[in-house]
Amino acid sequence: MSAQTTETPKSGTILNRRKKKSAQGEGDLAETGGFVWTTTAWVLTLIFFAPVAWMFLTSFHSEADAATNPPTLLAGFTLDNYSALFDRGVGPFLINSATASIVSTLLVLALAIPAAYALSIKPVEKWTDVMFFFLSTKFLPSIAALLPIYLLVQKIGGLDNIWILVVLYTAMNLPIAIWMLQSFLAEVPKEIMEAAEVDGAGTLRVIWSVIVPIITPGIAATSLICFIFSWNEFLLAKSLTAVAASTSPVFLVGFITSEGLFLAKLCAAATLVSLPVLIAGFAAQDKLVRGLSLGAVK
Amino acid sequence: MATVAETHQEENAAPPVRRPTGISRRSRWVRRAPLLPALIFTIVITQVPFLITMGISSLRWNPQKPGDKSFLGLGDYTSFVGFDNYKTVFTDERLRSAVINTITLTVGTVGISLLLGLGLAVLLDRKFPGRGLARTLLIAPFLIMPVASALLWKHALYNPTYGLFNGTINAVWKLFGADHGPTIDFVSSYPMPSVIAALVWQWTPFMMLILLAGLQAQPTDILEAARVDGANGVKIFRYITLPHMRQYIELSTLLGAIYIVQQFDAVFSITQGGPGSATTNLPYEIYLTTFSKLEYGEASAAGVVTVIGTIVVATFALRVVSSLFREEHS
Repeated sequence: MSAQTTETPKSGTILNRRKKKSAQGEGDLAETGGFVWTTTAWVLTLIFFAPVAWMFLTSFHSEADAATNPPTLLAGFTLDNYSALFDRGVGPFLINSATASIVSTLLVLALAIPAAYALSIKPVEKWTDVMFFFLSTKFLPSIAALLPIYLLVQKIGGLDNIWILVVLYTAMNLPIAIWMLQSFLAEVPKEIMEAAEVDGAGTLRVIWSVIVPIITPGIAATSLICFIFSWNEFLLAKSLTAVAASTSPVFLVGFITSEGLFLAKLCAAATLVSLPVLIAGFAAQDKLVRGLSLGAVK
Repeated sequence: MATVAETHQEENAAPPVRRPTGISRRSRWVRRAPLLPALIFTIVITQVPFLITMGISSLRWNPQKPGDKSFLGLGDYTSFVGFDNYKTVFTDERLRSAVINTITLTVGTVGISLLLGLGLAVLLDRKFPGRGLARTLLIAPFLIMPVASALLWKHALYNPTYGLFNGTINAVWKLFGADHGPTIDFVSSYPMPSVIAALVWQWTPFMMLILLAGLQAQPTDILEAARVDGANGVKIFRYITLPHMRQYIELSTLLGAIYIVQQFDAVFSITQGGPGSATTNLPYEIYLTTFSKLEYGEASAAGVVTVIGTIVVATFALRVVSSLFREEHS
């Protein structure tokens, strides 16, 4: 993303210096306006972030402090809620979530990288139609396919099996991955590939030494998006698993129904299950836009 | 859903590859080979179940009252009823309200989060102290697990006795000397706005990210030239920024709409479709029909209708995406 790149002019080139000058030239009026806009931006940001902060804060409070009205901002901190989660057995659910999202992401990459290659570097005929076919499957609401999938899975005895989720999450994310990777592969300059071929490099060597370095960031971005979507998926997990293969969102929903005073524990659980995606998303936020827009927005 | 792809056949530009005449069958299959695993996998997992859904939609089938005819070995149905289930779908009160709720939820959520997202994007397009941090904090709502964020809103924010909203109202009232502020039961009194607000919170960052990328992709030399020619901020926004942003606005609207039409998590977690069926949207209604009412035929017919509705929206979406796509490849 260009947020970082446009933030500060790095060097004192003539162009940058001139820009700085013209910015100063706008004078005091712009400065007061700037202050107002900066404040507005920060106030709105903090309002949007407040529920997250509240969730995080409450997760470290005791149940009694969490349920006060008016709310208590600073009370004694405790890790009890988190240890309660592990006592209640959140571990296997987290492991199931990790299995389903990581394995399905790897499968997606294994299927999508060759497919994206055949849709960009050495494109098949009618490749745009193929692209739009993949995209159109993304528009099929999963609820419309849920019953047959449920019946089929039941028939083969696969209910409550994590590998069923792996397969379904792979299908769910494959179109996104193909679109993203295609957009990265399309950026590989043809001249470099041709030059490498002229120099006598074979197809595999071209792939390895020209294409792979260029699309590595693309693969990272794709993995991030696939991981987020499968980690967060709820409908399929809720419908097709019961106990053994259930993932963290299913744990979360089951957790609240069986508790009395539970707000602090709920906040701890919500924080814990969101943490992997929060960390991954924050760390790779410059890759988020391109992924969410299927590679359309650079 | 191959139909959606077909509509684009004519519009698509020819592939940008010089195809030598008399290309051999073999080399064409060599080209296709890397594509096939993904293509076959997608067809098997996404298209085949949908065909089965279409089949089931013509049956009377309730597993609690199993019939004597086997459907592909998947279970026993009572009878073939043709389009009867569709008649039910279009006349049933619950389903009709589910359609309306789906539209309200989608239009409300997308509309509001788009406006908020655009506002935030404009604010974040300027340089200001801590902009990078502000952007990071703003993304957070989108990264919280949707089920977790729905439960957070329901219990930690909306709860009438200890929720943050009522707590804050109470604190403010006490500040002005009242004994206790008014208590609002958001979820029971305003179910649909409650669901929409939680979803807007979650989707505004999505809109903001795409729109901000759009703003930052504006050619600076044109903006500079307009400023030199004496255009003011409002005029620049109206005549340069907005036209440039059109495709980004369309893209984010339509992607958002596709996800929110399918929205299940928030309805399930915040209101369970209630009170009554006030917030039951199509996915939740189909879920109930499938797993509680166990009317397989009816649920499948509703599923097919949902897909057709989605195709209508998706056709517009594809047109937008393909215009972006072609622009880039031309």
